[in-house]
Amino acid sequence: MVEATASEFSLEALRAGDRQEFARLVAAYSAPLYRLALRMLGNPQDAEDVLQNTFLKALQHLNEFEGRASLSTWLYRIAANEALMLLRRQRPETSVSDLLQEDEEDDVEMPAQFVDWCCLPEEELLSDEARRYLKEAVQRLPPKLRLVFVLRDIEGLSIQETSQTLHLSEAAVKTRLLRARLHLREQLSAFYAERLRGQRKQP
Amino acid sequence: MSEIHLECHDLLHLLSDYLDGELQAELSAAIEHHMAECGHCRVVVDTLRKTISLYHELSTEPLVLPAEVRERLFHTLQLTLPEEQR
Repeated sequence: MVEATASEFSLEALRAGDRQEFARLVAAYSAPLYRLALRMLGNPQDAEDVLQNTFLKALQHLNEFEGRASLSTWLYRIAANEALMLLRRQRPETSVSDLLQEDEEDDVEMPAQFVDWCCLPEEELLSDEARRYLKEAVQRLPPKLRLVFVLRDIEGLSIQETSQTLHLSEAAVKTRLLRARLHLREQLSAFYAERLRGQRKQP
Repeated sequence: MSEIHLECHDLLHLLSDYLDGELQAELSAAIEHHMAECGHCRVVVDTLRKTISLYHELSTEPLVLPAEVRERLFHTLQLTLPEEQR
């Protein structure tokens, strides 16, 4: 998250409708918000829609921004909500309240893969193919786990910031984060175990 | 002081906090003690740590906003691109 730049903007000017100040805000936050949307949705067209809607909403609601959260948290929250709405339109069976409800079953799935692939060389762990797989694996997470994982582990928000962004309790964020991480570990274990076998076959 | 004894299932619930360094010392010690005796849990902890660090690595990949996306955004918002961005 681009926290450092948040204080560089004059809330007063923004609220007064200063177009230049808003243009500066858009210029500063469009890349990180686009990246967030792309990671949450995995599709450039959807990410662009979310980006545009985020700033349209921000413009519309600047007067309601109370400054309790930081400007960047506020923008992230709008973008996360827009991404959620888009997911709902695409998958009507998942309602937004379902994605954000505090219905945390505390259960985490027991691990099933026990191959130790940590010893694989770095160029194998982060090969182009592996990078693609890592990104696809995130897209395969159930949306409610994906949101938390992207904000916390990819965008680097704290547990508290993630909970503020998604309006979830910190306990719910932690549970979802653990489930997302374990989910990804299973997927990555299957992928890298294959690479490990390939390596051992080589003379 | 008696040591905390953990089963595999208990350990699983503490993993995120442990890997994020947010677990109290006694519980961290209990996890390490358990790992020394349980090969499966050791692999789970190590590969989970690696999973998180790979995604951190991925997050440093630069992602530039495509110029045409930025242009369409500024057009939609009826804004002029700040000079330093042109």
